[in-house]
Amino acid sequence: MNGRDGSGVAAEGVAAFRGERLVLRDVSLRVPTGGALLLLGPNGAGKSTLLRVLAGLKRPDAGRVTWHGADISEERPPVTYVGHLDAIKPGLSVTENLAFAARGADLGPALAAMDLEALRALPARMLSAGQRRRVALARLLFGMGGLWLLDEPTLGLDAGSVDRLGRLMMQHRAAEGVVVAATHLPLPLPDAAELRL
Amino acid sequence: MTALLARELRLSLRHGADTLAALLFFVLAGALFPLAIGPAPEVLARLAPGIVWVCALLAALLPLDRLFGADFEDGSLDQLLLGGLPASLVAGTKALAHWLTTGLPLLLAAGPLAIMLQLPPPLVPLLLLTLAAGTLDLSLLGTMGAAVVLGARRGGVLLPLLVLPLAAPVLIFGASAVDAAAAGLSPRPHVLLLLAVLAAALPLCLLASGAALRNAAE
Repeated sequence: MNGRDGSGVAAEGVAAFRGERLVLRDVSLRVPTGGALLLLGPNGAGKSTLLRVLAGLKRPDAGRVTWHGADISEERPPVTYVGHLDAIKPGLSVTENLAFAARGADLGPALAAMDLEALRALPARMLSAGQRRRVALARLLFGMGGLWLLDEPTLGLDAGSVDRLGRLMMQHRAAEGVVVAATHLPLPLPDAAELRL
Repeated sequence: MTALLARELRLSLRHGADTLAALLFFVLAGALFPLAIGPAPEVLARLAPGIVWVCALLAALLPLDRLFGADFEDGSLDQLLLGGLPASLVAGTKALAHWLTTGLPLLLAAGPLAIMLQLPPPLVPLLLLTLAAGTLDLSLLGTMGAAVVLGARRGGVLLPLLVLPLAAPVLIFGASAVDAAAAGLSPRPHVLLLLAVLAAALPLCLLASGAALRNAAE
C-alpha cells in the first residue's frame, strides 16, 4: 500500500483552471509527515482549488501531486477533506451521519473529540451552523495519520471547539499525519509552514 | 457499497413522501386513461400495455433530479468520491437504490393497474417480466442522465429531454412483447432484445455516470 517514506504530500508545478480562469500557476509545495501547511491569500486566490487538487477531486491541468512519493492519480491517498460544505444529511441523526464516514469504526472517540455526545441522537436539521461544522470535523478522527485537507475549518466554531480542533490536529501530526488548511482566521497550528497564493 | 446502499435506503425512507409521489403519480396517471378514452374493455385492453409502460417511464423520471442533486449541493458527493469507491460503483449503487425505491414499487403497482385497465390476466406476468427489465434499464439510463446534468442550470428540465429518447428502445421492445403475446405470437424476440439493451446499458451507463460524476466534482 503506502510506502511511508516520510515525504508526506508534495505538489510539483501544479496549474489549474477554474472555468476559463487560470487560478493556480506553477504551485509547488512539500509537507513532510507530521507537518502542517497554511494556505493564505485573498478570496479567489485558489486556496480551495488547490485543496481539491490535493484531494484528487480535481485533476491538475499541469504538474503532479504525490503522497509518500506515489502519484495520487495512481494511488489514492487516505484523504479526509472538510470543505466549505458540511456534507450533512438533515434527515439523518448525528451518529447516522458519522457512521457512513466511519466505515464500521467506533463512533465514540469522534463524538467525544468534538463534544457531540449530547447531540448524538438529534436529527442534523436541528443543529446550528457551528454544531454542523463540528459534525463535519468529527469525521477527521477516522482519517488519523492520513492527509487532512481543511477549508476554513474554524468558520462558525466557538473558542472551545477551536481548542478541541487544535488538540486533534496535534494528535494527528504526532501520528505522522499531514494537515493542509486554507484559512483567513488564526488556526491553532504551531510551527506550521505558510504558502501565500 | 452496502453502507452506501443502506444509507440511500434509509434516506429515502425518511423522505418517504418523495418515494410515494412517484408511485402515486404512476397509479393516478394510469387511472386517467379510462376517463379520457372511455371505459370500453376491448379498447382499454388493447392500450393497457402501452399505458402501463409510458406511465412507468414517466414516474421513474420523477425522483431522478434529486438522485445526485442533494448530494452535490450539500458536499456529500465529494465525500462519496473520496470514500474509496470508484465513481462508477458509486453511480451503480445509486442506480440500484433508485430501482429499489422506485422501480420495485412501480412493479408492484403495475399488476393491479394493468388489471384495472382490462389487460387479460394471462398477459400480466409477461408485462411484469418486461417491466422488471425495463425499470432496471430506466434506473441505469436515469442515473446516467442525472449524473450528466449535475451542476447544469435547469438540470431538472434537461434531464427528461436527455433520458426519454434513450429510453425509446426500451419502451418499444417492452410494450411490443406484450402486444405480440396478445396477438398470439411469441414475445421471445422482443424480450431478448429488451434484455440485450439491459446488458449493454449496464456497463455503458455506469462508466458514463462515473465519468460524469468526476467531472461534476471538479
